[in-house]
Amino acid sequence: MTLDARVPAGLLHEKWDNHKFNMKLVSPANKRKYKVIVVGTGLAGASAAASLAELGYQVDSFCFQDSPRRAHSIAAQGGINAAKNYPNDGDSIRRLFYDTIKGGDFRAREENVYRLAQISNSIIDQCVAQGVPFAREYSGYLANRSFGGSQVSRTFYARGQTGQQLLLGAYQALARAIHLKQVTMYPRTEMLDLVVVDGAAKGIIVRDLITGQIRRHAADAVVLATGGYGNAFYLSTNAKGCNVTATYRAYKRGAFFANPCYTQIHPTCIPVSGDYQSKLTLMSESLRNDGRIWVPKQKGDKRPPQEIPEAERDYYLERKYPSYGNLAPRDISSRSAKEVCDEGRGVGETGLGVYLDFADAIKRLGESVIRERYSNLIQMYEKITGENPYKVPMRIYPAVHYTMGGLWVDYNLMSNLPGLYVLGEANFSDHGANRLGASALMQGLADGYFILPYTIGDYLARTKPGVISASHPEFLKIETEVKDQINRLLSINGKRTVDDFHRQIGKLLWDYCGMARNELGLKQALAQIPGIRKEFWSNVKVSGSNESLNQSLEKAGRVADFIDFAELLCLDALQRAESCGGHFRTESQTSEGEAKRDDTKFCYVSAWEYQGADCSPRLNQEPLSFENVHLAERSYK
Amino acid sequence: MDLKLKVWRQKDSASKGKFEIYNAPNINPHMSFLEMLDVINEDLIHANQDPIAFDHDCREGICGACSLTVDGKPHGPEKGTTACQLHMRHFKHGNTITVEPWRAKAFPVIKDLIVDRSAFDRIIESGGYVSVNTGSAPEANMSPVPKHAADSAMDSAACIGCGACVAACPNASGMLFVAAKVSQLALLPQGQVEREKRVLSMVRTMDDENFGNCTNHYECEAACPKEISVGFIAKMNREYLRASLCDSGSAGNTKDAVN
Amino acid sequence: MNWQSILSSSIGRKVVMAVSGLALFGFVIIHMLGNLLIFAGPAALNGYAEKLESLGEILWVARIGLMVMVVLHIWSGLCLARENRQARPLGYLGKKNTRTTFAATTMAISGLLVLAYIIFHLLHFTFRVTHPQISHLLDADGRRDVYTLVVLSFHELPIALAYFVSMILLSLHLSHGFSSALQTLGIANESSLHGYEKMGRLIAAVIFLGYSSIPTACWLGIIKASH
Repeated sequence: MTLDARVPAGLLHEKWDNHKFNMKLVSPANKRKYKVIVVGTGLAGASAAASLAELGYQVDSFCFQDSPRRAHSIAAQGGINAAKNYPNDGDSIRRLFYDTIKGGDFRAREENVYRLAQISNSIIDQCVAQGVPFAREYSGYLANRSFGGSQVSRTFYARGQTGQQLLLGAYQALARAIHLKQVTMYPRTEMLDLVVVDGAAKGIIVRDLITGQIRRHAADAVVLATGGYGNAFYLSTNAKGCNVTATYRAYKRGAFFANPCYTQIHPTCIPVSGDYQSKLTLMSESLRNDGRIWVPKQKGDKRPPQEIPEAERDYYLERKYPSYGNLAPRDISSRSAKEVCDEGRGVGETGLGVYLDFADAIKRLGESVIRERYSNLIQMYEKITGENPYKVPMRIYPAVHYTMGGLWVDYNLMSNLPGLYVLGEANFSDHGANRLGASALMQGLADGYFILPYTIGDYLARTKPGVISASHPEFLKIETEVKDQINRLLSINGKRTVDDFHRQIGKLLWDYCGMARNELGLKQALAQIPGIRKEFWSNVKVSGSNESLNQSLEKAGRVADFIDFAELLCLDALQRAESCGGHFRTESQTSEGEAKRDDTKFCYVSAWEYQGADCSPRLNQEPLSFENVHLAERSYK
Repeated sequence: MDLKLKVWRQKDSASKGKFEIYNAPNINPHMSFLEMLDVINEDLIHANQDPIAFDHDCREGICGACSLTVDGKPHGPEKGTTACQLHMRHFKHGNTITVEPWRAKAFPVIKDLIVDRSAFDRIIESGGYVSVNTGSAPEANMSPVPKHAADSAMDSAACIGCGACVAACPNASGMLFVAAKVSQLALLPQGQVEREKRVLSMVRTMDDENFGNCTNHYECEAACPKEISVGFIAKMNREYLRASLCDSGSAGNTKDAVN
Repeated sequence: MNWQSILSSSIGRKVVMAVSGLALFGFVIIHMLGNLLIFAGPAALNGYAEKLESLGEILWVARIGLMVMVVLHIWSGLCLARENRQARPLGYLGKKNTRTTFAATTMAISGLLVLAYIIFHLLHFTFRVTHPQISHLLDADGRRDVYTLVVLSFHELPIALAYFVSMILLSLHLSHGFSSALQTLGIANESSLHGYEKMGRLIAAVIFLGYSSIPTACWLGIIKASH
């Protein structure tokens, strides 16, 4: 099936304005008759819930954390992009659009990306008005810094805690709506299934994580803002609770899953130190502004870094990509790090690490400037490793960080299931095959503050409110299925823990579907996954009962979905026999080892359609056409 | 290294809790404290026992979920560090480590080491924001903010809402948390319109949530993983007095404060 | 201004405590300066005492004012202490404090002991019921001989010791109370707080030295009875 993204007609820069005019509106008096469910309270979810509530809709908001303020958007460090062009350095909406399309290796939908760039400026206005304490110049005006994949300074930041500050802004807007009783908040509540009635999304089934109660919630539309699936790899920079369950269950109910193989491996994370490791910690990419990345020229050089003379160091990013240097995009930086480590030139005990060295910047700017710019990041590194980066270069290694893939959505951010909207990292829309730094925050907030509030109205205006209640037979049926799965998990009482299975599936994905992929490896992975699934469902050990707070049970449901999802991820990676962005197929590279796209065969979005537990999913395609940019080989040299 | 853990176990909010002793053999010093608990939990599950429940999420010191009192100190012995960023290299072979939940009437225990911190959410709901609807914001550079004010606002905005301040306070007071948000918004031009209503309303909610009173021990600042200064408490006191003196009698009404 | 809501709020009651505390603190300083006249001899001290008593109604206004401050201070202190105990129904197994001081953690007890001392002190010197045999002497000029009352009282070791210990408690209370009041009133800020804390401890030390010098000097015989 060829998918229609329902992109409005007209010139690129007029599409969104035209569309806003052409969409139907719900009158102010009628808005309160509609109920909207928003799952997730990160940047996209909190901003959407607050904005919808301000418009007058009844909103039910759900998060699995103890408070909406803890969603993982909070951990974003570096910043948020916008085309304000305050530094007067040549930025524009068109340039932000172009950088994002090119950064995504020409695998994103042009119109969505252009709209994102258009909206970017309003986001900064909104956040400043909320009291987000962005960094400022001595003049009192907003400060900007540069970021990977761009040659202009367009990143707004709040020290190394930009995500936290933006999320707290959205959380506070949500708190205000809760106080005004426009939003009903359900914390410590996890969505376990989507209810689709007559083809349209009409509600969700949730579990109260304190009492274990399974509840049905009906609404006129359902918004998923449930984040990415990076934790499928077990070790990632995601929070421990991040999971694919909401989007995967929606996929099983008919929503298409797009481009799951587009996973981003972030180049600057603290290397793994042992088997017990539960997560990886990201060091903001902004460190690459002042840090130089290098490894010894010689294989197996075990000398301490200070003793390696300048002439025997290989600043490989500066060597290979002279114009972008250490600011090369994430996928390229990550792959280069893997290459030098595969050559045996990696550093640290495991040999899986490269140096990020501030010595030159300290010499040039002084330690106090570096401290002012990065002190919280450097402290974090010190706490974890016990090493002092002002004296010894940091050791970094790539880690799974962000997932560009997600549920397929049209221009209105609605999935193929009417009434199901997907925002932020949970959708696939704007980053193509690779996301540029400081663009995730931009997309999450654009979706929640400025796109969904318009587009959902167009759907609701054509829908009669409150027709389906939570006692509809479909709700009861799905509630029973959810309960059955929980009982099944609790009754297996096998020998291996949930974490044990999670580590196993994660390692399999990292080995065969990580930074570099090939047909043979992916086929091996696909051959192994059914066995892991079978063993999980016969040998997993979940302690406790449903009727209480049970973290083991929570994890079990999530890992069961990760195992199923891993198969879809590998299948997509196998099917896409080209390299693009974060998806690198070793069979498809240039003579210099760079990713080689195949625009004749793969210039489309892969949207997978669930066909049942025992059948392969069906591939639907949304062709990508580029009318406003030239489809070029991505070069950062 | 080998360690012993003395951990607070409590089935649910209605049950009485007690300490249990667990052995933690072969602990790698590079592990984080939570990774050490993960290892113990794996063993407990294998032994058909209920694993220790504790809140955690990002494990990089920013989400504010983790909430363990380690050896009598919220988040443990390291300054400016959350429990998830605390590494085992700070403990010695043979140590017995006591792990308790936050203890405060305002934070009832839900299970084991997990407490209910929704009182913090209710305080923010009562006024911890600028009431700006999406779309009504002016151009961002319309109102410049002096750098020192922006920096100071960021210092207070760094709060992660973990509740260590309450846990550490001999009186279980929530003043540092409330002061951080009140100060952030009072320092910025965007927060001026609701400045008086905000502080009166947030302090009233704080008082209603069973927190104790601040008697200036400054244990909150010492325990705060983001090292937020008690200077912000003085600022909030100032804000409160200022608002009370200008108050005509209605601003303290929380409903009025947001409408 | 809404007094009712201020007095029912935690910060409002702390402000009451801080303001009444600072007022009493001011009294303690003035009282000490008056008392130190003892080192200038009987004429100076007895003259000062006579002048105070001659103020008549003004003296009573001041006394009532002080009483009100004492009552407010105790009322707010008891409210806060009760609520603070209720705020943590189940304590820690072994809570380790890092920043607070002995003085700060013992404010309620030092305050109550100082109250007991004040009652005794009033009975001793103001109502003169504890030592009737030396409480009603007159000096050569026919003034009440406060000087001799003080000197003879402090010749008794238990009395001198009781005053000495009470001054330790008072200065302990003030060493926290001074900076604490400035913090509560929002006069302190991030950079000045440490200075105020040091200043509070310094003033408390001066107050201790000033007051305790009197029983010490009397008992050691540095100050002698004039007849």
